[in-house]
Amino acid sequence: MAHRFGVGPRVALFATCINDVMFPGTPKAVVQVLERLGCTVEFPVEQTCCGQMLTNTGYFDAAVPNVRNYVKAFRGYDYIVGASGSCIGAVRHQHPMLAEHAGDPGLAEAVADVVARTYDFSELLVDVLEVTDVGAYFPHKVTYHPTCHSVRVTKVGDRPYRLLEKVKGLELMPLEAADQCCGFGGTFSVKNPDVSVAMGSDKARHVVDTGAEYLVTGDNACLMHIGGLLHRQNSAVRTIHLAEILASTEGGAA
Amino acid sequence: MTEQAQRRTPAPPPGTYLGMPTFQKNAKVQLADPQLRSNLRHATGTIRAKRAERVAEVPEWEQLRLAGEAIKNRTLRHLDTYLVQLEESLTKAGATVHWARDAAEANAIVVGLVQAKGVDEVVKVKSMATQEIELNEALEHAGIAAWETDLAELIVQLGHDRPSHILVPAIHRNRAEVREIFLREMKQYGTPAPEDITDSPAELAGAARRHLREKFLRAKVAVSGANFAIAETGTLVVVESEGNGRMCLTLPETLISVVGIEKVLPTVEDLEVFMRLLPRSSTGERMNPYTSVWTGVTPGDGPQEVHVVLVDNGRTNALADPQGRPALRCIRCSACLNICPVYERVGGHAYGSVYPGPIGAVLNPQLRGISSKIDQSLPYASSLCGACFDVCPVRIPIPDMLVHLRHEVAEHKRGHVGVQQTAMAVAGWVLSDHKHFELAERAAGLAARALPNTTHLGPLPWPASPWTRARDLPMPPAESFRTWWRKERGEAR
Amino acid sequence: MMNARDEILGRVRAALADVVQPDPVADVPVEWEFGRATAMPDVLGRFVEMCEDYQARVVRAADGDVAAQVAALLAEAGVSSVVLPSGLDAGWRQAVADAGITVHDDDPQLSRAELDAIDAVVTAAAVGIAETGTIVLDHAADQGRRALTLVPDTHLVVVRADQVVSDVPEAVARLVSAVADGAPLTWISGPSATSDIELSRVEGVHGPRNLLVILAEQPPE
Repeated sequence: MAHRFGVGPRVALFATCINDVMFPGTPKAVVQVLERLGCTVEFPVEQTCCGQMLTNTGYFDAAVPNVRNYVKAFRGYDYIVGASGSCIGAVRHQHPMLAEHAGDPGLAEAVADVVARTYDFSELLVDVLEVTDVGAYFPHKVTYHPTCHSVRVTKVGDRPYRLLEKVKGLELMPLEAADQCCGFGGTFSVKNPDVSVAMGSDKARHVVDTGAEYLVTGDNACLMHIGGLLHRQNSAVRTIHLAEILASTEGGAA
Repeated sequence: MTEQAQRRTPAPPPGTYLGMPTFQKNAKVQLADPQLRSNLRHATGTIRAKRAERVAEVPEWEQLRLAGEAIKNRTLRHLDTYLVQLEESLTKAGATVHWARDAAEANAIVVGLVQAKGVDEVVKVKSMATQEIELNEALEHAGIAAWETDLAELIVQLGHDRPSHILVPAIHRNRAEVREIFLREMKQYGTPAPEDITDSPAELAGAARRHLREKFLRAKVAVSGANFAIAETGTLVVVESEGNGRMCLTLPETLISVVGIEKVLPTVEDLEVFMRLLPRSSTGERMNPYTSVWTGVTPGDGPQEVHVVLVDNGRTNALADPQGRPALRCIRCSACLNICPVYERVGGHAYGSVYPGPIGAVLNPQLRGISSKIDQSLPYASSLCGACFDVCPVRIPIPDMLVHLRHEVAEHKRGHVGVQQTAMAVAGWVLSDHKHFELAERAAGLAARALPNTTHLGPLPWPASPWTRARDLPMPPAESFRTWWRKERGEAR
Repeated sequence: MMNARDEILGRVRAALADVVQPDPVADVPVEWEFGRATAMPDVLGRFVEMCEDYQARVVRAADGDVAAQVAALLAEAGVSSVVLPSGLDAGWRQAVADAGITVHDDDPQLSRAELDAIDAVVTAAAVGIAETGTIVLDHAADQGRRALTLVPDTHLVVVRADQVVSDVPEAVARLVSAVADGAPLTWISGPSATSDIELSRVEGVHGPRNLLVILAEQPPE
């Protein structure tokens, strides 16, 4: 392991709004893993949201304050980490566009600076801390759904698989049609609920077919959608974020 | 006597594309058809796998895509130059060039040219441009029968149906349905299908060959589109599989090609890029069976009267928006339809246009504007999963363009007070500042504490019903991350 | 009122107000080296393999044996009448006639119905493309006008080894001058086919349902 207690870098945690309110276990798990690896974790309280829901619904003006907030909260940090391929993707890909939309060159410059230091949790582990074995123990069958934005926008590649492979006791079950969207899609899930549910039902069926006990992804929003379908169907498959698996140790669950 | 009885060709279904309700409403209807979903799943799955295999054979695929994108950008950014050059080259090669501002003008030109030849029927090569301008109905109104000769177009025409896919317009039909249509309809318009025909695709294709052969042998006028129009030489290119294209482009005395103004390529050399990108992306073949390349009139070979109708019909609207312009790079390969998880579930009819799928969701609102319900809904007909960009041979950033068009729709509706506007205004306020956000968090926490034994919420009334009709909603925990952090680590950071 | 041409060109120019560089080539560079060969160990072998992959019947023959192979393949296909383009190799023409097959010439031009009643056509070619199994006709005198290779149900085409190139870029480079001279091209990859019903490929719709290919090679010195 490249870094040890207290000697690792200082990392700012971007909790993301949905994790903050609905899934606090995920950012807590990020804190646990990073501190275990020797990082100093800080949580800038000015942060709110990446603004993706507003941007993707077409409300650019309403999303611009989120960009300003993000810059204000995270300026000055060498490493900013979030446990969501989608939110990190929105920061990287949409914040520059929104800054341009705002017609504010100062903001655009600040965005470029902060965006370059923003990482998905899996990227921070593999690329910055140079670890794939984070000392995790999770004796269960799991299947991994590579969420669309983590793959196609944030481009986390095979990092999540490399991290999962090193978890002791974990058995990774291959997922059919893994690269196909689960149908969440943010406001798509309520603007086109019928299509969203049709897509999600196929994903849920493939998940059940793997025989896994847990479905894992790097995005809680997708998990909420697939998990909501599984729960309605009284399926025994549980959902869990990648960070929470990585936080689990032999000494006790996360 | 009804209008039906006077028609020369099968009547399409009633109603108009622009009169259709929103994508969301159409999708609901389509989703309820299990046969359609099974046909689409099978077809898109097959073609997706073929494409992936053929693309993987080309090690320089990504450079090819970049070259395709660049050549199209070069052309579009200097379209006036290339259009003038194309017109000159075509004229020099013996073709007559016509210009049409919109669908009505294009249709009037074609109808006039056909009437001038004194004929009452034409054979047609599959062409998206003529579908877009609804040329067949314009000809029908003028008493001229337009016979579609591509197998899938024939299935659609004989089935009194609408196309649902750019490349395979009858993708929504399975073999049993095709057999039924051929048996019922062919005899009313020419050589019948054999009474004992089975539903084997080979027999059905054989029936189409016999049905159309007499039409090919007697046709005096053909109508085509073009995949590419080379400015430098005035050369048109049609890419096809069955040979119906060659029949139309070669046998009749008069050929009328209806070509969108964005189809221009600067030089013949550019074909080396597109003739590799297109077949592998569209049918998943190394090469399509037939490609016809012709330059105006060739003395002693093929049509001796050649017309080219250059059509705008909204393309200059798309061109005027630098963020919308990339949609005009489209070479109509259909790879984005085949990979799209939304298209796979709902099919093409939900999109209210001859251009369905992801490219349709960005192209239609630009070509037609965003005043209709259907065009306002199309930019939202996507989960923004991004698979379409990955497969697009000319790298059209469809997800970014969808977001751009959503912004246009939101701006168009500015001032209108609806559920979405209100929800977004509230969300905008909550998320604009951490103090607002913390207030909302506390409200969520209170709700959670009010129902301490509830982990999930089941079906709820509106406005939560769109989510909870099929999906449970997890209860927010009593304590947010932020509250936990403050408790554990104190106020400072 | 402005005519449609001027109005459309006006709209285009107005739409492109953001484009300031007047030279298209300088404005948008294209990072691509045109006309490059695709590396492959055996170009002729690949050509045969890919043509066969498209269900074409392919025979390799030494130059001196082509005429005999033409007659043999036509006989094998059960052909009793052919149309031959005016510029076809005299030796092949003789071999076909000697085989007892009825020969039609396209001079004066045969009607569509007459062509439809003829079993086969024999032509030369302009270019063969190995990677895609494609044969390109430029409709020179040894290939005839386009209808000849379209209406009869069997097309026998002789491709010379020196006409076969690796892939599409080399082929386009060879064809540029023919197009500039106004010649039409027909690119043929296997017999006519469709995948319009359930995406299942069926050989043989409107174009020739039988494609026979002879690859003519100079015997090794």
